[in-house]
Amino acid sequence: MRNHRDIKERIIKLFFSATSVTALVILVGIFLFLFITGIQAFGQITPAEFFLGSEWNPNAYEEPKWGILSLIIGTLMITIGALIMAIPVGLASAIYIAEIADSKTKEILKPVIEMIAGIPSVVLGLIGIVFLSPLIANFFGLNHGLNAFTSSAIVGIMVLPTIISISEDVLTSLPNEFREASLALGATKWQMIRMTLFPAALSGIAAAVMLGLGRAVGETMVVLMVAGNALAMPLSFFDPVRPMTANIAIEIKEVVKGSLHYETLFAIGFVLFIMTFIVNFISDIVIEKEMRKYKW
Amino acid sequence: MRYIILISILLLAVLTAGCTGESGSTGNAISAGYSEDIEIKGSDTLLQMVSNMAEAYTVKNKNAKISVTGGGSGTGIAALINGEIDIADASRAIKKKELTQAKDKGIDPWEFIIAQDMLSVIVNKDNPVAELTIEQVSEIYKGQITNWNNAGGEDKEITLYGRQSTSGTYSYFMKKIVEGDYSSKMMNMEGNQAIVDAVRQDKTAIGYVGVGYIVDDNGNQINGIKIIKLSKDMNSDYISPLDKTKRADYPISRPLFQYLSKKPLKDSAVYKFLVFELSEEGQKIVKKSGFIPITAEDREHNNALLKKI
Repeated sequence: MRNHRDIKERIIKLFFSATSVTALVILVGIFLFLFITGIQAFGQITPAEFFLGSEWNPNAYEEPKWGILSLIIGTLMITIGALIMAIPVGLASAIYIAEIADSKTKEILKPVIEMIAGIPSVVLGLIGIVFLSPLIANFFGLNHGLNAFTSSAIVGIMVLPTIISISEDVLTSLPNEFREASLALGATKWQMIRMTLFPAALSGIAAAVMLGLGRAVGETMVVLMVAGNALAMPLSFFDPVRPMTANIAIEIKEVVKGSLHYETLFAIGFVLFIMTFIVNFISDIVIEKEMRKYKW
Repeated sequence: MRYIILISILLLAVLTAGCTGESGSTGNAISAGYSEDIEIKGSDTLLQMVSNMAEAYTVKNKNAKISVTGGGSGTGIAALINGEIDIADASRAIKKKELTQAKDKGIDPWEFIIAQDMLSVIVNKDNPVAELTIEQVSEIYKGQITNWNNAGGEDKEITLYGRQSTSGTYSYFMKKIVEGDYSSKMMNMEGNQAIVDAVRQDKTAIGYVGVGYIVDDNGNQINGIKIIKLSKDMNSDYISPLDKTKRADYPISRPLFQYLSKKPLKDSAVYKFLVFELSEEGQKIVKKSGFIPITAEDREHNNALLKKI
């Protein structure tokens, strides 16, 4: 009898470890697949040509060009633009929800903000094309609104829920002694938030921003629809840009498996993967530490 | 821990085996190709027209299931080479490179011409420019003329709208009209309709689309845009793509193709649909979709192939 139970125990253990390991295997598998396919591109082009070349044009009239610098800059412009727009709004909302709002307002606001994350990105893209881009074109006196600025604005909205809800969690997790101590010393509420809570939560808030950044880098649908996707090196936020994600989405449809074009697209995918992986990895570590810091 | 390592290695092995084995599995899709189902993919220029024909065909042949999707000629031809579809729509001829790639994968494309297109250059309705030579269009798209006042218009910077590299229209226009690389400032739009919409909104725009996209169902010009009259050179007439009497002289007319993945069987659904497209009834739909029926020369080209089936 005892033996029978042992076997059952073992099988269950095996099953659960197998399922939990699957996620890890998928991650490693994707990594290897991207890496192995992407690395083959460097049989025909040099890494310098790939990373430092400013012209991407695989279907050129004469010589194809394989430089991804303008694509990387396109991605960075949209990401940085999105964060510049999202951080002030996100932080202010997080502070309001965590420290100022009464519990009833908080109960309504939090789920509503998290719902933004549930809006399909193609819907936001549609709003960008039909509503926001003509508006921006009119406001700034441009010929059209398909540019880095419009994309940043929409991607900024998409990263808001991440920034707000994690920053809010970090602020809420600060021990009450912090608040009591600063108020007891005669600080006003604003002074308490600015001088005690905010510095204490800073690394956690930074991690929230990093997570938002990871989301912004990988966003595809919106940028595909509103970034304009011209190949030229962007010189201002009002130039059309072609970020890496959009470039892959546009071109993967026409490539024949195993061609150089196919391999370079995977190499771009690998670069993207590494970028988001590092960002997410760092923010995970920081959040983990942050959450433990004040637990007594 | 022992388990975890063991399982990881096992799963990883299965996964990598799956990846490398993938390229060999395309054969299945081809052999399953010729049932009553027809998969058509490719040019956005042909999309509406071929969908119209598929619709008319399935009304009569209730068993036939035809799916028509876009994505661009390059997309269609790549899918044909990868063995995913039966027919590729293309607004350009298949490239030599693609032909070798196809042969390497055991695909033998059969080329039919199903309609003619007058590729049209369009600008915003408020733009005073009405006529351009092919050379001017080329210089505009190369980025050598960047202001409308150098092309007979107002002092405004030109905004270029073009298709994405997956598009046959993109390739055709680059090879035949621009004869050089597009300016890297050109916006890469998702389809013909996206270009029409952008040109409607942007007063400084120039774009190129298939003639089917500048007329409505009744054959009248759609509003919000202006169709540029083109001429071969300074000394020739400027002709509108909608001018029926001077059709033969319009400088950018091109055939619209369909590529079959292999020689079709005589009773197969693909063959029957193709015959329908080339029939008088099919060509009527071509006309109704805003395009131009095939010429006697095209008919000869098609018949030579049909005879071999």
